[in-house]
Amino acid sequence: MTALVIRGGHLIDPAAGVDGLKDILLKDGRVAEIASPGKLKQTNGAAGPGVQILDATGLTVAPGLIDMHVHLREPGQGYKETIASGTAAAAAGGFTSVAAMPNTRPVNDSPEITRWMQAPERNASIRVFPIAAATRGSKGEAINDFAALKAAGAVAVSDDGLPILKDAVMRETLAAAARVGLSVIQHAEDTRMTHFAGGVASMNAGPRAFRLGLRAWPNEAETSIVERDIRLVQELRDARAHLHVAHISTAAALAAVRQARRNGLRVTCEVAPHHFLLTEEHVGLYNTNAKMCPPLRAAADRDAMIEGILDGVVDAIATDHAPHAVHEKEVEFENAPNGITGLETALGLSLRWLHGEGKLPMGRVLSLLSAQPAALLNLKGRGTLTVGSFADVVVFDPQTEWTYNARETRSKSRNTPFDGWAMQGKVRWTISEGRIAYRSE
Amino acid sequence: MNPSAASTRRPIHPPPAPASAFPCNPGSLLSASDLTLDGISLILTRATALENQDPLTRDRILAKRRVALLFYESSTRTRTSFELAAKGLGADTTLVSSLSSSIEKGESLKDTGLTLRALGAEAIILRHNSSGAPWLLEAETRLPVLNAGDGMHEHPTQALLDLRTILAHLRPGTHTVTAETLAGVTVTIVGDILHSRVARSNMQLLPRLGARVLLCGPKELLPEIAAQTGPGIAIERNFEAALRQSQAIMMLRIQAERLSGLQLDLEEYKANYQLTGPRLAAQASTAIVMHPGPIIRGLEVTAGVADGVQSVILEQVKNGVAIRMAVVERALTTAQQQGGRA
Repeated sequence: MTALVIRGGHLIDPAAGVDGLKDILLKDGRVAEIASPGKLKQTNGAAGPGVQILDATGLTVAPGLIDMHVHLREPGQGYKETIASGTAAAAAGGFTSVAAMPNTRPVNDSPEITRWMQAPERNASIRVFPIAAATRGSKGEAINDFAALKAAGAVAVSDDGLPILKDAVMRETLAAAARVGLSVIQHAEDTRMTHFAGGVASMNAGPRAFRLGLRAWPNEAETSIVERDIRLVQELRDARAHLHVAHISTAAALAAVRQARRNGLRVTCEVAPHHFLLTEEHVGLYNTNAKMCPPLRAAADRDAMIEGILDGVVDAIATDHAPHAVHEKEVEFENAPNGITGLETALGLSLRWLHGEGKLPMGRVLSLLSAQPAALLNLKGRGTLTVGSFADVVVFDPQTEWTYNARETRSKSRNTPFDGWAMQGKVRWTISEGRIAYRSE
Repeated sequence: MNPSAASTRRPIHPPPAPASAFPCNPGSLLSASDLTLDGISLILTRATALENQDPLTRDRILAKRRVALLFYESSTRTRTSFELAAKGLGADTTLVSSLSSSIEKGESLKDTGLTLRALGAEAIILRHNSSGAPWLLEAETRLPVLNAGDGMHEHPTQALLDLRTILAHLRPGTHTVTAETLAGVTVTIVGDILHSRVARSNMQLLPRLGARVLLCGPKELLPEIAAQTGPGIAIERNFEAALRQSQAIMMLRIQAERLSGLQLDLEEYKANYQLTGPRLAAQASTAIVMHPGPIIRGLEVTAGVADGVQSVILEQVKNGVAIRMAVVERALTTAQQQGGRA
């Protein structure tokens, strides 16, 4: 089957400025035609041989979602997640593209691994775009061959999970990435403020961390790196340089990004749903499913993330999907690995809270989850549904409220603090390059 | 607030964190904050009753019941007094310590706890180097868990025995406590507050009885944020000024094993914070001097003060057995009566 008609749905394509009832014809993996209901010329709106019809009456049709920050754990940690299981979870969450971080085993710092991750043998349900390590082994010392990595399919470089601490190395990373047209994604954490001889910080610095006897992760550890990186971009004086701050979590770092943009620099950022919805209070009494890096912050920082999303300084919503096996999280809080899953809950939470409660227009929410990350990663023909674009589509019922059940996840892991949370907007179909990658019952 | 600005803003109020489900088992003692004033009074009352009871009848209370001591850190006072307390009530005890067990082979806390439960343990007394470990153990085993010190977090039985010691001197004969029992009393905790579970448990417990807790120490060992962890807690960095206000002085050991990279000049520390005979005589000649142990003589206190007339350090140790008898009894009888919430 090579042709698919999505009939009667409400198309919202923020990048194209479309917001209305449309029929869409998808053919050979691309968008072939968009027309008012019943007006598709190429099919006359009828199912013919090789044409499948999806009735989207009452549903919203949008560009497939793009998560620019996930951990798929392959190669090396298939017990947590595989590219197949992670992308199945992504498809269930409405995503048609994910950008996979390089902190695999071994670290993805080579064209070989970058290509391996995209190979058909990985059985990905949707498109995987590797983000390659900026430095050899993500050790923050020797810079990789960015041109070769880009040629192999890498869409950005990052040492995510670790920062690039040395000024000289970060400067060279920004310059080298700019030359080949890749973004540098920085995990902003000055580990000199969060790693101690006796252990690693595991909770946001504040009265609660003191009360719980947990080593504290201060806001300054994020802010100082973001400010340093912005200064390096400024000094570089290369308009092609693009710094993207991963999972930003503090009001001060967001303010620094805001100021950098006013100064005309190409500095962008993403926020994870947990950082705009949860606070350090959700750690409760050592809930390891509320442990991630950067940690859940104080309410003022959480509120600043919401504010930044509403006023537009935040460029993307990204999940930082970080699967870990149950036994790895059933340990002492300080010994538990950082991170939570997020691919199946991002849309439901964003619609419920940003659109439903915050009255952020649906198009803005969808743009943060598709058009904007596509632009940040320079994914041509994605994040929009104009004719000729990739046939990456999500169709969802915007009104349906449902409850997330982590036990039913398609991910191999279920480490989420959102188990049992109310979601809004149920994905009906996820279509990746013209193939149905997910359909709900 | 400008009403038009308020109407254009679209506030989002995501749900607050859910209420704690802990403790899962009503016999557990995980944090000093788990106890109500009535609960504290009951423990103090039972401690005295059990201490005074004939050992030959006392050991029928928990005859042949099984209590496991699970120790991931070394301990002299806490381990011995818990063991004597449990045995004094007739219980069988078994000690599992990290250095002579399968923990060395990588067995997790969860599996160790489930193993002890399968072996018939009815309660587990846990000392662990990781803050929060007792919550994990309780959630996984659903047994009564007694926190015998977790990382830098809490040591609730120490706070209870400290309370018994303070009451014996400042409020003799008191077993039933109220929110005013220690009104007007200032207890000063001195030294390595940052790494101290004893300090944290006392900071939870004592203000609820009306005491004022004064924290004293250098910034490296006493961050400003400590004063924000609860009501009735203040910081006084000048040792002499703190001493002058104190009816009880709790000296803490510098936890060298947890200092990890903190630069601390011990000579300077001693000059500013060591409790010496002259200092005590000049500033707090009637206060009691406490220490949870182990003492490093010549560092936080001089030998003369440790052995002096104002020192109640060995009384604290003795009170530990009485308090722990009451807490072990509570663990096994509360759970039995109510069947637990598990």
